[in-house]
Amino acid sequence: MKWVKYVKQLAVIMAVSFAGELLNRLLPLPVPGSVYGLVLMFLGLMTGVIKLEQVEDVGDFLLKIMPVLFVGPCVSMITVVGGITDQLAAILAVCLISTVVVMAVTGVTAQLILNRKADREEKEHE
Amino acid sequence: MNEWLQGSVYFGFFLSLAAYWAGMAIQKKFPYTICNPLLIASVIVIVILLGCGIDYDTFNSGAQYITYFLTPSTVCLAIPMYRQMRVLKKNLAAILISLVSGCIAGALTIWALCRLSGLNGVIYHSLQPKSVTSAIAMGVAEEIGGDSALAVAAVIVTGLFGAIIARGVCRLFRITSPIAVGLACGNAAHAMGTSKALEFGEVEGAMSSLAVVAAGIITVVLAPVFAGLIP
Repeated sequence: MKWVKYVKQLAVIMAVSFAGELLNRLLPLPVPGSVYGLVLMFLGLMTGVIKLEQVEDVGDFLLKIMPVLFVGPCVSMITVVGGITDQLAAILAVCLISTVVVMAVTGVTAQLILNRKADREEKEHE
Repeated sequence: MNEWLQGSVYFGFFLSLAAYWAGMAIQKKFPYTICNPLLIASVIVIVILLGCGIDYDTFNSGAQYITYFLTPSTVCLAIPMYRQMRVLKKNLAAILISLVSGCIAGALTIWALCRLSGLNGVIYHSLQPKSVTSAIAMGVAEEIGGDSALAVAAVIVTGLFGAIIARGVCRLFRITSPIAVGLACGNAAHAMGTSKALEFGEVEGAMSSLAVVAAGIITVVLAPVFAGLIP
């Protein structure tokens, strides 16, 4: 009865998703149920309420197929394009340039701090 | 055609999977960055819908069932985060400083570019939250006077583009540490960037998941401040 563990794991993941959904309805913040669920899952794992082996296999599967889940939302873009044809080029440019900026600034900042930290640790060892 | 497919639950479901499958096959044959399976799949579906005169709603009546799994998948992003707890604790300062800097740089860039290209208030307010996960972006956009549908479109463009350029940007700016790569992906391109980061490795994926949550929180706080810059 090895397969039963997958049913149990999916049940735990769905329970946490449901709890996240409830929080989204109860709290007046613009935070989606999925993000509440992520935080709940993390807290659950940290406190030991949820054990890693109670979610790991199905969880890793869901993470692997995640890009496929975005096909629908991507296609939904065709419903918006009609209303903004005149500004489309400008909007795309803003999206693309700012994405590069956020990625570069975040990555470079983290890299610099980590490099400095590594240097310091190296000196301490000498 | 529409009447035929309208009641079908499996048409959109099948089309999404088949298109992604085709996307992976094409990427295997032509391993260029632009041949992103998600991009190819979206283009294939859009071409088929437009070519056959099928409404988006007809397609989505089936495709939505796949999309429903986004919530449990996002919840599971906590798993790599938990497995990488040690790395997370050890580098907390670097993580927080870089995420906040990235968010501020993004908000400033969007403001400057919207001023330059004369985009009006509603569009500016819809673009401001574009680097965070779509549901937060919708909420924030509505809060600051933007359009939630446009905000979601901007989020998707950002995520798709972010996933495509991640490798190139990291190479160009010499971002080599798995921690820095993950933070960059998640902060710039939310869950779509994270699905890319997970392909790079477990640490990258964990840091990217953390960045998605943190970027969401930072944006909820920052967006109303920056929204006032263009009325």
